[in-house]
Amino acid sequence: MDLNLFTGLFTLAIIKAAPLVFGALCGLLGERSGVINIGIEGMMLIGAFMSFLGSALFNKWTGGLLPPNVALLVGLLVGVVSSVIIAALHAVLSIHYKIDQVISGTVINLLAVGITNYVANVYIDPTHLSGVGVFPKLPIPILSKIPFIGQVLFSHQPMIYLMLVLVIFLQYAVFHTPWGLRMRSVGEHPRAADTVGINVNRTRYINVILGGVMAGLGGAIMVLESVGRFQKLMTSGRGFIALAALIFGRWTSVGAFGSALLFGFSEALGVRLQFGDLNHIYALVVVSGLAVLGVGFFWLVRKLIAKESFKKSYLSIGIVLLLGCSILVGANLVKFPTISIPIEFLGLLPYILTIFVLTGFVRKATGPAAVGQPYEKQ
Amino acid sequence: MGWNLFKKVPPYFKEKSGNERCAITSKERSQKRRLNLSDLLANLAVPILAIFTALVVASFAILLSGANPLQAYAALAAGAFGNLDSWIETILKTTPLIIAGLGVALAFRGGLFNIGVEGQIFVGSIATVLVGTKLQAPAIIHLPLTLLAGTLAGAVWAAIPGYLKAKYGAHEVITTIMTNYIATRIITWSIGARGPLRKVTSVVPETNSLFETARLPNLIADTRLNIGFFIALLLAVVVYILLFRTVLGIEIRTVGMNLNAARYCGIRVDRNIILTMALSGGLAGMAGAVQVMGLPPYNFTAGFNVGYGFDSIAVAVLGSINPIGVVFSSFLFGAMDTGARLMQLRAKVPVEIITILQGLILMFVSANQIIRSLYHIRVQEKEDKVNLSQGWGGGKG
Repeated sequence: MDLNLFTGLFTLAIIKAAPLVFGALCGLLGERSGVINIGIEGMMLIGAFMSFLGSALFNKWTGGLLPPNVALLVGLLVGVVSSVIIAALHAVLSIHYKIDQVISGTVINLLAVGITNYVANVYIDPTHLSGVGVFPKLPIPILSKIPFIGQVLFSHQPMIYLMLVLVIFLQYAVFHTPWGLRMRSVGEHPRAADTVGINVNRTRYINVILGGVMAGLGGAIMVLESVGRFQKLMTSGRGFIALAALIFGRWTSVGAFGSALLFGFSEALGVRLQFGDLNHIYALVVVSGLAVLGVGFFWLVRKLIAKESFKKSYLSIGIVLLLGCSILVGANLVKFPTISIPIEFLGLLPYILTIFVLTGFVRKATGPAAVGQPYEKQ
Repeated sequence: MGWNLFKKVPPYFKEKSGNERCAITSKERSQKRRLNLSDLLANLAVPILAIFTALVVASFAILLSGANPLQAYAALAAGAFGNLDSWIETILKTTPLIIAGLGVALAFRGGLFNIGVEGQIFVGSIATVLVGTKLQAPAIIHLPLTLLAGTLAGAVWAAIPGYLKAKYGAHEVITTIMTNYIATRIITWSIGARGPLRKVTSVVPETNSLFETARLPNLIADTRLNIGFFIALLLAVVVYILLFRTVLGIEIRTVGMNLNAARYCGIRVDRNIILTMALSGGLAGMAGAVQVMGLPPYNFTAGFNVGYGFDSIAVAVLGSINPIGVVFSSFLFGAMDTGARLMQLRAKVPVEIITILQGLILMFVSANQIIRSLYHIRVQEKEDKVNLSQGWGGGKG
């Protein structure tokens, strides 16, 4: 088996997953406090657009005297701030005016598409505004030397590290701090939270706005760490896939990260299949092998966490893991015929996966109880 | 399916007050009582003022591009209503919006947010093309069959998310968006370079034209105006009757208002959700079919029908999810879309301003508190609010 292939695939998967992770964190903060956010897509689009505009204009106005990294940082800040402004609009509409949160999110999406396309047409296209480039790679000194993991996790551009830190930090903050407990109580039972003196609407405002920061980062990373310039409608549904990742991750930060990785992997695979010399059938077999292995590990970990006596499922977990391994080994022994699948179908992978995930796996998971309901003080 | 549309109201809706099992009849009665003229005027005033406010806010964006907003809006109006041709174009733009908007409104009434209209329109158009180009029959059979094919295809495509919602609780907002992407990709492939539906002699991605027998007849000779507009108006009446005068309509609306109450009333909620989605998607598919069958060159090309799906959502909300309201709001949006081209030509304002404008209108109409406090209007709260957030992720509601 070609280890380089896998290192490349997983590295690309992390990069492709990053916007989804930020988007999912935006959704997490909102929904844990009881506010659905369909507008993640729009917030990310605005974040991407403004981070490009901010960095490019800063570079233009300073005459390119300052190093490009400064311009990129300015762009990041502008992108995040604009996303926060849009998030604040969502907060006001859904918390203060109590309009249906799904409609409010749709408004955000419409406005974001309109504004970015409009300004791109009015300003960026005619002036041929060019981007500043992207953040450079920053391998972490010692850790990046570890064979597989070092390459996949520790030799990235800076915002990827920020993402990893935020995922771990939020997992801790939401589930192990008083702040997180208050947030969750507002999302589960606002009246009870109000009774013990938590300001429900203020908590929701803060969370939606913090979510705006996350979505802004998610939009900015698409410009500042990958393509370096803005394309119209460049988020292309990532905000919604992020929501699916959040639900699949059972409204936890680490879970959302894991499921976003899954989507990132399928996207990376699509890219690799489209441009690489990879045998399509071989790749699909290998991926299904990995999926079986993944299910086995997931099962094992859950049994370990639940601390049930897992003697009964011991055998079946073993069989699943063995099956996964044998598929992987078998894939390298058999020679597959070369059949190429049209690019359009390869591109379908993340979308089909999202539907499968929503239907097959989360049947028992339920979100915060009060999600979607405006709170009215009595 | 066993739906008896026009049978008497079943016993579970007839429970008298005092028994709170199903409050729907008493609620409807009280709504009828309250409907007087001043309320009606106030109800009309809010959307009109919302549109006005949106125009004012959007004019700042127009100023940004260096154009004069008044000039731009004048060009917009001239482009939509300047002469007979622009009227015809406005009507042609309005037609699919009405049909698809009715679909969205119907789903909204059933508590479902069908964002998948765009994809359902695509699927409906492609099915129309299939039947219209592969089948040969006299017009009297071919024409309705082609229309039916588009409708059915849209219905089936929408029933999938409906089924996933009913059976697994997968939220329709996400699944319909995913089915949008899937439909777009598959259709792009099918009319692409190596696709099965690609017109062989053409250099651009497009399909063959429909046979003459499958085309909608023209209303006025030598113009593009076809009978599609009347189909749309007829559908508005049909959907109105379906929603407000049939048992099925009551059931759909009950599910939309309160899922648990509906279940408690004995309505089969799962089946209802699937049916609502199928009806909604069927309307969307028909919108696609009317487009393909009504407009020369009677085929499907890349970029055809793009954007109607999302406009129809705004149209449905703007028409306060009422079939008659949808007709008017579609006309507004159709006029804006038609006029935008002249606005771009004369005032040099990019057509994308329309999307901003539509977003603003949607915002001010749904957050009508803003409008009411701005202009000091008193309106009684509508009671039949549907809750689109029910069953969000995982739970069955």
